[in-house]
Amino acid sequence: MSILVIAEHNNLDLHKPTLNTVTAALALGDDVDILVAGANCGKVAEQAAQIAKIRKVLLADHAAYEHQLAENVAKLIATVGKSYSHILAPAGTQGKNTLPRVAALLDVDQLSDVIRIDSPDTFARPIYAGNAIATVQSSAAIKVMTIRATNFDAVATNGNAPIETLDDTFSTSNATFIKEEIAESDRPELTVADVVISGGRGMASGENFEMLYTLADKLNAAVGASRAAVDAGFVPNDMQVGQTGKIVAPNLYIAVGISGAIQHLAGMKDSKVIVAINKDEEAPIFQVADYGLVADLFEVVPQLENLV
Amino acid sequence: MKVLVAVKRVIDYNVKVRVKPDHSDVDLNNVKMAINPFCEIAVEEAVRLKEKGVASEIIVVSIGPKEAQEQIRTALALGADRGLLIQTEEMPSSLGVAKLLKAVVDEEQPQLIILGKQSIDTDNNQTGQMLAALTDYPQGAFASSVEVEGDHINVAREIDGGLQTLKLSLPAVITADLRLNEPRYASLPNIMKAKRKPLDTKTPADLGVTLNNTLKTVKVEPPAERQAGIKVASVEELVDKLKNEAKVI
Ligand SMILES: Cc1cc2nc3c(=O)[nH]c(=O)nc-3n(C[C@H](O)[C@H](O)[C@H](O)COP(=O)(O)OP(=O)(O)OC[C@H]3O[C@@H](n4cnc5c(N)ncnc54)[C@H](O)[C@@H]3O)c2cc1C
Repeated sequence: MSILVIAEHNNLDLHKPTLNTVTAALALGDDVDILVAGANCGKVAEQAAQIAKIRKVLLADHAAYEHQLAENVAKLIATVGKSYSHILAPAGTQGKNTLPRVAALLDVDQLSDVIRIDSPDTFARPIYAGNAIATVQSSAAIKVMTIRATNFDAVATNGNAPIETLDDTFSTSNATFIKEEIAESDRPELTVADVVISGGRGMASGENFEMLYTLADKLNAAVGASRAAVDAGFVPNDMQVGQTGKIVAPNLYIAVGISGAIQHLAGMKDSKVIVAINKDEEAPIFQVADYGLVADLFEVVPQLENLV
Repeated sequence: MKVLVAVKRVIDYNVKVRVKPDHSDVDLNNVKMAINPFCEIAVEEAVRLKEKGVASEIIVVSIGPKEAQEQIRTALALGADRGLLIQTEEMPSSLGVAKLLKAVVDEEQPQLIILGKQSIDTDNNQTGQMLAALTDYPQGAFASSVEVEGDHINVAREIDGGLQTLKLSLPAVITADLRLNEPRYASLPNIMKAKRKPLDTKTPADLGVTLNNTLKTVKVEPPAERQAGIKVASVEELVDKLKNEAKVI
């Protein structure tokens, strides 16, 4: 068993879901290597080298990998990965964009969003927006899978693994990067925050989200949203929690003006404690909430902010 | 420009699926089926490209049982020109679907292929990227806006941090995210017209594709159910519970 974990990063920082993915990898076997593909990403390789219990870091540092273009990165991963038994990546948009392409290049079936590892060939994953959990056995020659970070602990970072440089470059001319609009925020990242406050259609406008930001800053929380709030243009797309948005599992999730559609629940129902604030006592969100407050959010959110 | 759109027949998104008592699978007996919401968005985008004069013909293909003809008809009613059903009783893996689509691409030579980013049954989010690998075409996955300009397409993609824009040369593969567009409702006259549009049926063997699914479902279980908690009467009580009972703030 030898496992290749694809690091998720932005050329400066290693993203935390990589650490959770390494824990999943260590459940498969002891020989875990990390591939850092990017441009001017030596710092990321150094951070990856500190991950405990890994064998080595493979660094592919080239302009072709700067923006994680799937066309280039997938060829690299398939080339490097073909001598491994498993190839894993965090189930963020980078992993979801690239790994299926890797699997097809290697002519193997892929598994998405693995939440549990039973053995080196048997895994569990949610289907139907998390309304069912499938246990799947794979006889693929190489098991290519994305890992849902919220279901695995982060591995320690007190290691000191060697860094090996790779020279393989794959560069396509049929896809070019134009631009990236990345939301800047001082608040914790949605997927790793201990507290998440999400607003829905009930917020009624983007301006009203200020209330949630103020509350969030008091609780050191991240702010999320339902699809309805994103579709209405209240907040940007990267804040969407749910089946097709981000998956979060914080200690505390506060849903404000969110009805609790199954697609939204799929992204947050593994949270430890759920609070729902909704003026409709019949709202389905109350069926999963530990503490429900039937009230007008415009009245109680400012009160909450004063009391915490 | 020819556009190929792939659509899947899935459980209607409003239906909460149940697991069979023997844990062999989910129970789809007598359950309302529909076109996968993301596939519907893909069809809508193709139709808009046709209305703009960018697309000349829209071919819609589905892989699945005979009944998937219904979903192809839905797509035809939305504005696609002709349909192709690749009939299989057993649903192939995403890679199997991508191989079948690759065979259709080889035959039809579309300049643009649009798929939904994921189907709401398996939640795989794989097929488009796999098809892109098999055809060696560039990919624009999780697209929230697209713009065709001459021999290339600009795609804004929804990524974890925000939006990324890529320029892809055609032919290319696009997968639709939720905000790419809001699909129209098919009008009655168009539903009637769709009944007369050509709909071809083939088998994987006709396309020369052998399917080999290496993923075996061992069991399907319901998720751990969350118990509904309590209702608090005031913000004070809520804060007290969070501090002293749940100890999360
Ligand atoms: C394919 C597909 C994928 C999807 N993916 C996602 C996803 O990833 N994430 C997601 O969230 N959704 C997703 N959805 C959408 C989902 O089905 C729901 O439409 C959406 O979650 C509803 O958002 P909401 O709860 O904010 O809005 P609504 O359902 O409109 O609920 C608003 C709530 O606010 C309450 N409210 C209004 N005003 C106040 C007030 N003043 N005070 C207190 N409460 C108030 C109302 O009582 C109501 O319960 C998806 C749908 C589809 C079809």
